Amino acid sequence: MGKIHLKNVTKSFGNLQVIPPMNLEINEGEFVVFVGPSGCGKSTLLRMIAGLEDVTSGQVVINDEDATHVRPARRGLAMVFQSYALYPHMTVRKNIAFPLKMAKVSREEVEKRVTDAADILNLTPYLDRRPGQLSGGQRQRVAIGRAIVREPKAFLFDEPLSNLDAALRVNMRLEISRLHQSLGTTMIYVTHDQVEAMTMADKIVVLRAGVVEQVGSPMELYRNPVNMFVAGFIGSPKMNFLYGDFAADRSAYAIGIRPEHLALSTQSGTWKGSVGIAEHFGADTFLHITLKDDTLLTVRAEGENNLKHGDAVYITPMDGRIYRFDENEILLED
Amino acid sequence: MTQKKIPYQKIVVTAFAWFIGVAIFFPILWTFLTGFKTEAAAIASPPVFLGFEWTLENYKEVLDRADYFRFFMNSVIISVGSTVLGLLIAIPAAWAMAFVQGRQTKNILMWMLSTKMLPPVGVLIPIYLLFRDFGVLDTRVGLVFVLTMINLPIIVWMLYTYFREIPGEILEAARMDGAPLLNEVVYVLTPMAVPGIASTLLLNIILAWNEAFWTINLTTVDAAPLTAFIASFSSPEGLFYAKLSAASTMAIAPILVMGWFCQKQLVRGLTFGAVK
Repeated sequence: MGKIHLKNVTKSFGNLQVIPPMNLEINEGEFVVFVGPSGCGKSTLLRMIAGLEDVTSGQVVINDEDATHVRPARRGLAMVFQSYALYPHMTVRKNIAFPLKMAKVSREEVEKRVTDAADILNLTPYLDRRPGQLSGGQRQRVAIGRAIVREPKAFLFDEPLSNLDAALRVNMRLEISRLHQSLGTTMIYVTHDQVEAMTMADKIVVLRAGVVEQVGSPMELYRNPVNMFVAGFIGSPKMNFLYGDFAADRSAYAIGIRPEHLALSTQSGTWKGSVGIAEHFGADTFLHITLKDDTLLTVRAEGENNLKHGDAVYITPMDGRIYRFDENEILLED
Repeated sequence: MTQKKIPYQKIVVTAFAWFIGVAIFFPILWTFLTGFKTEAAAIASPPVFLGFEWTLENYKEVLDRADYFRFFMNSVIISVGSTVLGLLIAIPAAWAMAFVQGRQTKNILMWMLSTKMLPPVGVLIPIYLLFRDFGVLDTRVGLVFVLTMINLPIIVWMLYTYFREIPGEILEAARMDGAPLLNEVVYVLTPMAVPGIASTLLLNIILAWNEAFWTINLTTVDAAPLTAFIASFSSPEGLFYAKLSAASTMAIAPILVMGWFCQKQLVRGLTFGAVK
């Protein structure tokens, strides 16, 4: 069981309110990602759920029990930190066994669970090493191992992959997703990386300045963002925003079109522009195109094309893929 | 040009360091040598450095006149006892100051340090009267207590600096792993701070061992440590430099040897925060 319910939770540091009243429900077995730019309060929120940060007002309810004033040790949640926070003076085995030792689990049981966890995470050869003798990825796996052995109600991840290099990050992303599938335990994951959010989440919570901007599945947020912030944050490369005449023509303050929803032609089209930079990724090419008024557009084109700097091109937005926003940056319904 | 300058500077610096080192060590060496002179040779003018007649007479007489071993044991009990008690109080205090900082933490630290600025003689009479009323004059318990209090600010300060170096996330991880406060301190914080705790321990044993003001003023016979042992040779029968030197040598020898063996640990601990 791992159901977490935040009821009118707020957080203030002195007179500064970093999280205005917030309500959020996280269901059993869900993989929820808190995403937002740095300083948006996502880590604070996670730490409030963990109990490492006091709640200024409101309630944190875990499995229908008020846990607002329960010590972190008693909440039955496990956390993986950005810095891994392994115990440097203990071997990998002792690191993983630590939560069990605290829970006074019998020695045979500890041995069994540590062996199992090491097996799942490919840590068996390293059990007698110290964290200092491990690579970043291995340390991260030890941190995850320490979290899974105690069979927590929910896992909390605080930007766990940001200290890893790009290739390793992709692997660990998959490993964590796989772990979620096999364990089925609730996971709350904090990141500023929308790719991690999109690829891993059942439910994404987009935060800005302590406020929940939108909650939904990755594809819901991708298809139906409620405002320009969410529209710009979710999706890679970023959605293009056009103002002025482009928007006025469609009676909006701004319009947004994703790079993948723009058709490119050298013959004819809605807008004329010239190619600035072409980024070749192999399968795709992202073209940065300058329209009139120096408006910049990113267009996703086929990988193998011969367009280069200075070429004239025509761009046509796909029907039904243009998002219109008002002055408050809120999505306008068609 | 610059290549020539470096060895030149090096020579000056090395010579200077040696000069300082010898200057600091010389009194100890001189005391040590004087302990092996006859009283006449000890006050000879001009003084003789090495070419004197070596004798063990002073040591024999000093040991005959006083029970060295009892003074030694008192010193051990008082210095170790006060250091251990101090650590037991200071570890939780430093934990709180390093990891649960309040608005007044910095002020409390300053206030604690400021108590070291008070001349001890200023509180001699109240403490003496308290000792008398509680019946702890000339007892080891009383001395352990007073030396703990005297050195506590230093212990807390040192531990505080070491604890600050430990990332708070690791303690939070322990909390998330279900460790109650006591286990967090015992299993995670303390082992991680071992180098710092060890050097604090050593430094405080040395400080307590050498502490003379309170140990001499609050003891007479039973609880008197080696500082009182030295003092007892200094005045009553006029100045007997050779015997005084022999007694001093015997008093400082144990702590000097300990310091010598633990040198590495001490230096490492004292430069812990600075070098990393």
